[in-house]
Amino acid sequence: MKLVKAIIRPSKLDEVTEALTAAGVQGITVVTVHGFGRQKGHKTVYRGQEYLVHFIEKKMIEITTNDEDAERIAKIIIKYARTGEVGDGKIFISSIDNAIRIRTGEEGEKAV
Amino acid sequence: MEKINPADTAWMLVSTALVMLMTPGLALFYGGMVRRKNVLATMMHSFILIGVVSIQWVLFGYSLAFGPDKGHLIGGLEWAGLKNVGMTPHEGYAATIPHMLFMVYQMMFAVITPALISGAFAERFRFKTYLVFMLLWCTLVYDPIAHWVWGIDGWIRNMGALDFAGGTVVHISAGAAALCAAILTGRRRALEDGGVVPHNLTLTLIGTALLWFGWFGFNAGSALGANTLSVSAFVATHIATCAAAMSWGITEWLHRGKMTTLGVASGAVAGLVAITPAAGFVGPMPAVAIGLGVGALCYGGVQFKLKAKYDDSLDVVGVHGVGGTFGALMTGLFANVAYNAAGSNGLFYGNAVLLSKQALAVVVTIGYSFAVTFVLLKVLDLVMGLRVKPEEEEEGLDLSQHNEMGYNI
Repeated sequence: MKLVKAIIRPSKLDEVTEALTAAGVQGITVVTVHGFGRQKGHKTVYRGQEYLVHFIEKKMIEITTNDEDAERIAKIIIKYARTGEVGDGKIFISSIDNAIRIRTGEEGEKAV
Repeated sequence: MEKINPADTAWMLVSTALVMLMTPGLALFYGGMVRRKNVLATMMHSFILIGVVSIQWVLFGYSLAFGPDKGHLIGGLEWAGLKNVGMTPHEGYAATIPHMLFMVYQMMFAVITPALISGAFAERFRFKTYLVFMLLWCTLVYDPIAHWVWGIDGWIRNMGALDFAGGTVVHISAGAAALCAAILTGRRRALEDGGVVPHNLTLTLIGTALLWFGWFGFNAGSALGANTLSVSAFVATHIATCAAAMSWGITEWLHRGKMTTLGVASGAVAGLVAITPAAGFVGPMPAVAIGLGVGALCYGGVQFKLKAKYDDSLDVVGVHGVGGTFGALMTGLFANVAYNAAGSNGLFYGNAVLLSKQALAVVVTIGYSFAVTFVLLKVLDLVMGLRVKPEEEEEGLDLSQHNEMGYNI
């Protein structure tokens, strides 16, 4: 089982969600996160004074999946979240030990 | 009672309500500019004064400001508790409306003036000390200056300096007190780390709208009747405000590359401040000039605090001090008896002496307000302490001073 964790532009969330749903993904968790990478923060100006905002808002989506679908999901995210500009985000894929569906107690691939 | 003019009375009732609305407007204007943990405490600084100062005013404040003159410096206590203030018009102040109405109209000015000062020490001032300070400030600074400028036989009024709606009494006195208070209170602790930025400028814009709307009562209402003077003051007020909003916005655009909503809102307030002393004495084109001048000037005034290192949190000095001073001096240039026979001509209409009277009124108001504020705050610092504790400042004033939070959503 794999955990696909992607940090993407908030403006791309809807497109990515639609594409993943169309590809058969059953569940997505979304968190609003703040951070910076190569894009750095951005400048704000209040009454002529400049302030640097270090952290910019991104959306982090998490999808648990079986091993063979992880790469396919990552490709869909790349296709729909990419603009080509700095700040498009990153995808992390990691293994997970177990998954349990709380309602039924099912474990492993049946639960993801 | 037959001397009472119903139209004037109706307009002054409305104007009184309009000026009242400015203080909650100011609360929103200031509240949006602080961090979210201080939004209620900052708004409270304005709201609580509606209560405190209104009661001070009817008990003795109105009598000190407008009561029978004592030595051209202060009103006597003959009108304390509104004794002798009835429905019969007061000939010297407003001959066509009930004296009681003039009293309550002036009350709203007394309420907003100290509230203006609160922006200078936002996000760090102790609430208990605030209440005592403001009660004393109204009694020892606002009431005497109002008497000098507007009271019958007040010395600045007798000298012939002009202040239509409160450039000196309201804005310069508040601006000078704000400078003193910002210096004595000291800088916010978080300022050195950067990132102290407004938490909700939409509140500030709503506040700006209410201030602008209410200011028609403040300036056009200062004609004390529904007449041609109130119309010319209304027009001058609006167009100076528009010119100043654009002037600040464009100055900022040239300086920082973008026009900002906070800049346009700040410019509008600066324009309202600057036209306040002039509104009933100048024509429309001078009002445009005053607005254009004050927008750029106050933008510069706000930048000055960065060099001078005092922490005037919400720019009371840069907007009200600088804008009020500019407006009072411009009145000395542009005043024209064609718009108000009871006024005087300014320098541009052949009367140079008015400008020197305006300058003297400005200097005395700044000096007196700064000096008394200085003594008051020094004493209160010893007796009560001006600032909240460092950990309370970190936690936020909403929780530490009032046990509540602005946002639970």
